Amino acid sequence: MAGTTRPSEAAAASDAPAPAAARGGAIASLVRFDRGERVLHWANAAWFAVLLATALCLYVPAVSEVVARRALIKTVHVYAGLTLALPLLATALAGRWGAGFRADVRRLNRWSADDRRWLRTRGRDRTARLGKFNPGQKLNAAFTAGAILVMLGTGSIMRWPEWWPLSWRTGATFVHDWTFIALVVAITGHVVLALSDRDALSSMRRGRISGAWARRHAPRWYEEETGAPAATDRR
Amino acid sequence: MTTVDHDAGPPEPAGASSPAAEDPVAAPDPTAGPGAAAVAGPPDGAPVGRRVVLGMLGLGALGVLVGKTLQSGVSRVLTPVQTADPTGLSQLVPAAGGFRIYTVTDSLPHRSDADYQLRVSGLVDQPLHLSLADLRALPATTLVKDFQCVTGWRVPKVPWTGVSLSRLLVEAGVQPGARAVRFRSFDGAYSESLTLEQARRPDVIVAYEMLGGPVTQAHGGPVRLYVAPMYGYKSCKWLDGIEVLDKVVPGYWENQGYDVDAWIGRSNGRDDAAV
Repeated sequence: MAGTTRPSEAAAASDAPAPAAARGGAIASLVRFDRGERVLHWANAAWFAVLLATALCLYVPAVSEVVARRALIKTVHVYAGLTLALPLLATALAGRWGAGFRADVRRLNRWSADDRRWLRTRGRDRTARLGKFNPGQKLNAAFTAGAILVMLGTGSIMRWPEWWPLSWRTGATFVHDWTFIALVVAITGHVVLALSDRDALSSMRRGRISGAWARRHAPRWYEEETGAPAATDRR
Repeated sequence: MTTVDHDAGPPEPAGASSPAAEDPVAAPDPTAGPGAAAVAGPPDGAPVGRRVVLGMLGLGALGVLVGKTLQSGVSRVLTPVQTADPTGLSQLVPAAGGFRIYTVTDSLPHRSDADYQLRVSGLVDQPLHLSLADLRALPATTLVKDFQCVTGWRVPKVPWTGVSLSRLLVEAGVQPGARAVRFRSFDGAYSESLTLEQARRPDVIVAYEMLGGPVTQAHGGPVRLYVAPMYGYKSCKWLDGIEVLDKVVPGYWENQGYDVDAWIGRSNGRDDAAV
């Protein structure tokens, strides 16, 4: 369903896209993230920011000492955690609004032989032809999805310890703590990489990405979307 | 997706199969690749993302089951690092053996050393008002013992120095009919209790030093209680009142369901090693 809407969106917004594609010429820009995905992304970012800030207050002794108000902070953290997945679920179920998100989840899930090769060579193998997402992005997405579920599960054990064997509470705290550290590393990496590619960052705000960017970073996606060959400025 | 199938179809198998021919490691994958491409279109290949998510769920569940054992191992290894670390960065390592700072009020209560006073009152012959200097003038007791929190974390081999509670009770003179001792915090909210028998144990002290220096504000300074054989919630921080009573009054957490007799390893459904 994404395929039916996306090329038409690209066609509607670009100057003379259809003839250009038919001639095999370059497309000026493509829709990388539709409105539903962009809203979802920034909702997730806000939720994570609240969780991270409250986590630091609860977890880092130096911050705990300054902020205190533990009961209030804990309540905010618990509710933010319990509702973290709601924007994701709502978007996934939201008809046309969620079309781009559902299509991208499918893309992020699947790994081509080129993806594996790219990852094995840490991106140095220039002949690996990638789709819309590179393997690093795919790993990050899968890790984040897994981490959300792990944090939800372990957080619930910590919040309602009376429902579980007592040793699980210590175990859940252990897993919650280490997953937190891993998430901080992953989110920091995500932000640093986003800031190092202003075009990609801008596409998460405005939706569109240049054809040149797509041909360079996501040649298969470019071909998939436009029907035009992406190989022209690769070799 | 459907509109682009016929466009994306041709490049797809070419891209998937030609590198596979050069690369024997990737050989098993293309068997899934072309098949999936034929059915599902562009996003072909194995569902690695789903496997990563499921793997993390499995690891997470395993961690919950064995985390208790792992955590004590990590604590044992990292506690020496943590105590020697001046930067405090090792505080950030989970389960590294550090304290977590809990308060029940909106901010950390503060009282300067000069303003500090400890009152001992209730069923006693001689109520006491002790300054920090008065406390330091009394015979000191030093214990090196673990601090065990009921939520699971434990700080091994913490040095504590102060006056034993039994000594203070002797100074004040406990009257007949006394059965219990109640502790009050100058945070205005927290309180705790012990039976008189528990309060007279030699491993219960009114501490003014901890971890090799004065008890810091975050740890309940200038003076806090340390009840070695019981979970941390008994070790009332920011202690400024000791009242001898005829019966035990449940404290702050005990009103929310924690056991009044908080023996480590024998209460709150836990089986931690005793201190």
